[in-house]
Order: sequence, then C-alpha cells, then structure tokens
Amino acid sequence: MHIPDGYLSPATCAVMYAGAAPFWYVALRQLRRRLSTRLVPLISVFSAFSFVVMMFNLPLPGGTTGHAVGVGLATTVLGPWASILAISVALAIQAVFFGDGGITALGANCFNMAIVGSLVAWGVLRLASAGAAPESRRRVFAAALAGYVAINASALCAAVEFGVQPALFHDAAGVPLYAPYRLGIAIPAMMLGHLTIAGLAEAVISGGVVAFLQRGRSSILPGNIPALAAASSSSRVQPRLAAVLSLLLFCTPLGVLAVGSAWGEWSAREFGDPAARQRIAQSSGNQAPPDVLPKGMQHLASVWSAPFPDYAPRFIRSQKLGYMLSGMFGAGIILGGSLLAQSLLRIGRRQERPR
Amino acid sequence: MSHPGFVEHSIDGLSRALEHALFSEEMARRRGLLQAVDARAKLAGLLVLIIAAAIAHRLPVLGVLWMIGALLAVLSSIRPRDLALRLWLPVFAFAAIITLPAVFITPGRELFVVPWLHLAATDSGVRTALLLLARAEVTATFAVLLVLCTPWTRLLRALRWFRVPREAVVILGMTYRYIFLVLETAREMFLSRRSRMAGRMAGADGRRLAAASAGVLLQHTMELSHDVHLAMLARGFRGDVFLLDEPSMRISDGLFAAVLLAGAVTTWWMGR
Repeated sequence: MHIPDGYLSPATCAVMYAGAAPFWYVALRQLRRRLSTRLVPLISVFSAFSFVVMMFNLPLPGGTTGHAVGVGLATTVLGPWASILAISVALAIQAVFFGDGGITALGANCFNMAIVGSLVAWGVLRLASAGAAPESRRRVFAAALAGYVAINASALCAAVEFGVQPALFHDAAGVPLYAPYRLGIAIPAMMLGHLTIAGLAEAVISGGVVAFLQRGRSSILPGNIPALAAASSSSRVQPRLAAVLSLLLFCTPLGVLAVGSAWGEWSAREFGDPAARQRIAQSSGNQAPPDVLPKGMQHLASVWSAPFPDYAPRFIRSQKLGYMLSGMFGAGIILGGSLLAQSLLRIGRRQERPR
Repeated sequence: MSHPGFVEHSIDGLSRALEHALFSEEMARRRGLLQAVDARAKLAGLLVLIIAAAIAHRLPVLGVLWMIGALLAVLSSIRPRDLALRLWLPVFAFAAIITLPAVFITPGRELFVVPWLHLAATDSGVRTALLLLARAEVTATFAVLLVLCTPWTRLLRALRWFRVPREAVVILGMTYRYIFLVLETAREMFLSRRSRMAGRMAGADGRRLAAASAGVLLQHTMELSHDVHLAMLARGFRGDVFLLDEPSMRISDGLFAAVLLAGAVTTWWMGR
C-alpha cells in the first residue's frame, strides 16, 4: 500500500499533500495543548514503535504471513490525533530512509494510512466497544475489527487514487502517463490482498496486543491515558468546525453556476429531451444515449420522489435561496443525526457504568 | 534445512533495517561531491530533480535524468554496483510486477503475441509500462542519493529552512534515534525466543507470540517515553523547541543547487 514515486501524477500528489495538511495541523494543535511537554517524547517513541511493528512478520490462518501497518493498534492505544502523527512520522522515515513509499507520494500515503486509517479505526472502535469495560472481550474484538476495517479503507483510498490516473492523465493517444489501471481493475486488485492477507495481519496485531495487555492488566489499556482520551473527545474544535461549516453553507449557491448535469446523474426525463440527449452524448465521448429509456431505470425512477428535487424546494421561487436552504437542511439532518447518536451513546454508557 | 518461520523472517527484516542504517551512515561519511554540499542546497536541488522526473512524459528525458543520477552517485563515491543491488533491481522487480499486466491490457496496436498464453502486447501498453518503470527508477535514485549522502541530523535541520514546523523536525529526529533502540530490543526478543525453540511453531501459537512480542514492546515503548519525558524535564525542557541553525550557505552550494535546477528545467523543456 506504500505508493512509490512516479505512480501518481504530481497534481494528485499536490492535492493529497493539501488534503493531509489540515489534519496534521489540527492533530499537532490538539496534542500540543493536551500533552504539553509530553508531546515530543510520546509521539517520537511511539512512532519508532510503529515503524518496528510494521516490520513484524505475522503468521496468518492458511499458512501465509503478512505485515501490518499498526494503525488499528496506534489508534486503540493513543486515540486518532496522536495516531495520525505517529503513523505519519513512521511513514515519513520509511519513505525517506528506506525508500518504502515515495517522497512525492508521502502526502497520499499519510492521507490513506495515517489519516483515513486512524479516523476510520477510531469510528469503528467507538461503535464496537461503546460501553465495554477495558478488560472485556468486546474490546479485543473491537480493536481487531477497527484494524481490519481501517486498513481496508486505506487500501480503498489508494486504489481510487491509482484508478483515477488513466482517466485524468493520459497523452493525446490515450496512453496512461501514470498508474495504468482503471478503477474497475485497481479496486479489485488492491482490495483482494487487503480483504484477505493485510486485513487479517492488521486484525491479528490490533486484537492480539489488546488481549495481551488485558491479561497483564496493563496501565496502557485503551482509554487509560487520560490526556490522550481527552484530546480525542475534545469539544474545543467544534466552534471552528461550526464556522467552517457555516461558510460552506453560504457558498452553496456556487453550485448554481455549474451548467448541465453531472455525468451519470441524468434523470429519466432527460433521456426524452433532445437538448439534454445532445449534452449527454457530448459528455460521453460522442456516444449517443439509448433511444429508449432502460427498463430498470424507468422502474426505479418512480420508486422514490425526493422532497427537494434538484436542490430546489417547490415552494421557493429563487433558485439560489432554494440551493442554500437545501444545504442547510442537509447539514441539519447530518448534525441532528450525529447529536442523536452521541446522546444515545452517552445514555448507554451511563446505564452500563457500575453503580 | 527447514523452511524459515515467521520468527526468522522477523529477525531478518529487523537485521536488514539495522544494516541499512549502518550502510547509510558509512556512505554519508565518505568524501564525495554530494557529501560536500550543504544539506539545504542538496535537498532543494534533488527535490527539483524528483519533481522533474515525476512530470516527465518521454522516455529519453527520463534516460537523461537517470544518467544525471548515476553520474552524481559515481562522483559521490557510491559504486554503481551498490546502487544496482540495493536500489535499481528491487525497484525494477516491484515496478515490473505492477506494470506487466498493463503491457497486455492497454488498448493499442498489437506488437507481439506471447506463445501459448495468447496474450497480445500493445505499443501503448509497452510505452506505459516503460514510462512507469523508468520514472520509478529515476525518482528512487534521487531520493536515495539524498539520504545516502546526508547525515540525518543535517537533513532534518535543512527541513527547517523549508518552514517545516519545529516540533515535526524534533519528532522526526528523536524517532530516528529511538528506532534503533526499539529495533534492537525487538531483534533481541525474537533471537532469545528463537534460541529456545525446537522445530516449527503452529500458526495459532505463532500469532500469540507475535502479538505478545508487540505487546511487550509497546509496554517498553510507553515506559521509555515516560523516562525520556522525565529526563527532558530534568534538563530544563518546558515545551519550547530550539534548534541549532545551519551555518550560512557557501557560493558553491548555491551554484550546485542552481545547476541542478537548470538541469531540471532543461529536462522539463525537452519533455514538453
């Protein structure tokens, strides 16, 4: 999964560095505030540990062996922010010092493994171990599952990055200039190894270490490092998040500047409209759409009618206002759902706590 | 002789990492062109060449860049044989495995058909595979030259010149230092286990051993982090990070970076 130099275009590499930078910044700020003087030694020594664990050769069911990235374990022990930094540092040293992963692709590798891996592992861990005691078997299962899902999410990101290269970067004759496989090939090829060998290796190391720590009643059992746990559930980032979200909401009318419809998102109605048919053909390499609407599409198109079709509630005349209202409505549903899930989790935890 | 198990594989991997570190330090101490250049000039110049290779879309351009890399290696007392064995062959093997199917599945004019398998190689497929192989070799060559000819501490201080945050530089430096301690601890753990083993271990036992080894190492690591933190506090650390500044660059260092930049711009112009 360590993408070497030359497989991704420089533009993709730049985008991936830009995508990773805010997470590094937030992680560094969060941990600097919570850990103060402990930040440098803790992340340094844990990064060294992550680097070494990546070299462990793990025996897997079926007689094969594999290597883990250790992102599930790092997130389980340290929480997501510290894990993002520790795994990023380990990946940087691997790339620069051992040539495992490229220097130009370091942003992409950190984004896939350190950032997506840590955040996905944290989400799975929170869901699967909600309310479980530090010594419970569920914690072991949750850690193993977090490692398994996280490494597969990271692999999927890498596969998508590989898979978009031939479509975006090719010469006049259509010859791919970077990774040559389309999404249809890149995703199965990448996921096959990760759903089986690499995913299992990650599950073995994450679940196995938590089980080992439980047997020894170790003080470093997940959730036992208060400063890190506090950093993980810190609410101080929320006002800034709300500000960014509000800004994005006010930017939603920008969507009305776009002309036509997104490729592949055509409605059944557009297949019968000559102007729309011409637009579909133009954006599909001059390949005309079928004369008759496909039966399956016709059937499914009538199953559900959206309350706000095309982001424009029927009772609003202004398209821009409708767009903005739709954005607020969508964001409101997501925030409401998230708050509801948080309250349910909190109630569940309170009920399971020993009195 | 029995087939080596996961313990032997892990010991091999950890030993190779230690050996690689010793090799790099030895190279960085040698007398040569790149070793004599300021780390900032080297970092800037070689990074520009890596970017030039990443944007190159023509094989002759990548060939020229590869020759620049090989010339810099020879002038820096790195034997082409070492470079071939440690870098070019492994990179070739890895890239070849990935690019080989592209030779046959990329649409294009048919060049030849593999007997028995009836797979047709196309001109576009061959070109794609060669481009990827050449680019991977060239970028890896420049990256390795940077690491082999620059002591890690100098390389990190050069990062500050590129405005990488102080904490990140210090964490990278400390991580590198403690990697060897943790590597050595892990190697000794596996060696001591190996010396008490007779025969091969069953899969489930092996998994338990690997998890237990990682668990013990994790406990050591957390204790080590605590001790290092206390030692830092005892020496007056209050959370503010200071780094020694690099001495100012000489004219020759600036000239070196300018030559590499000119080389990168020329190859970019050739490859337009």
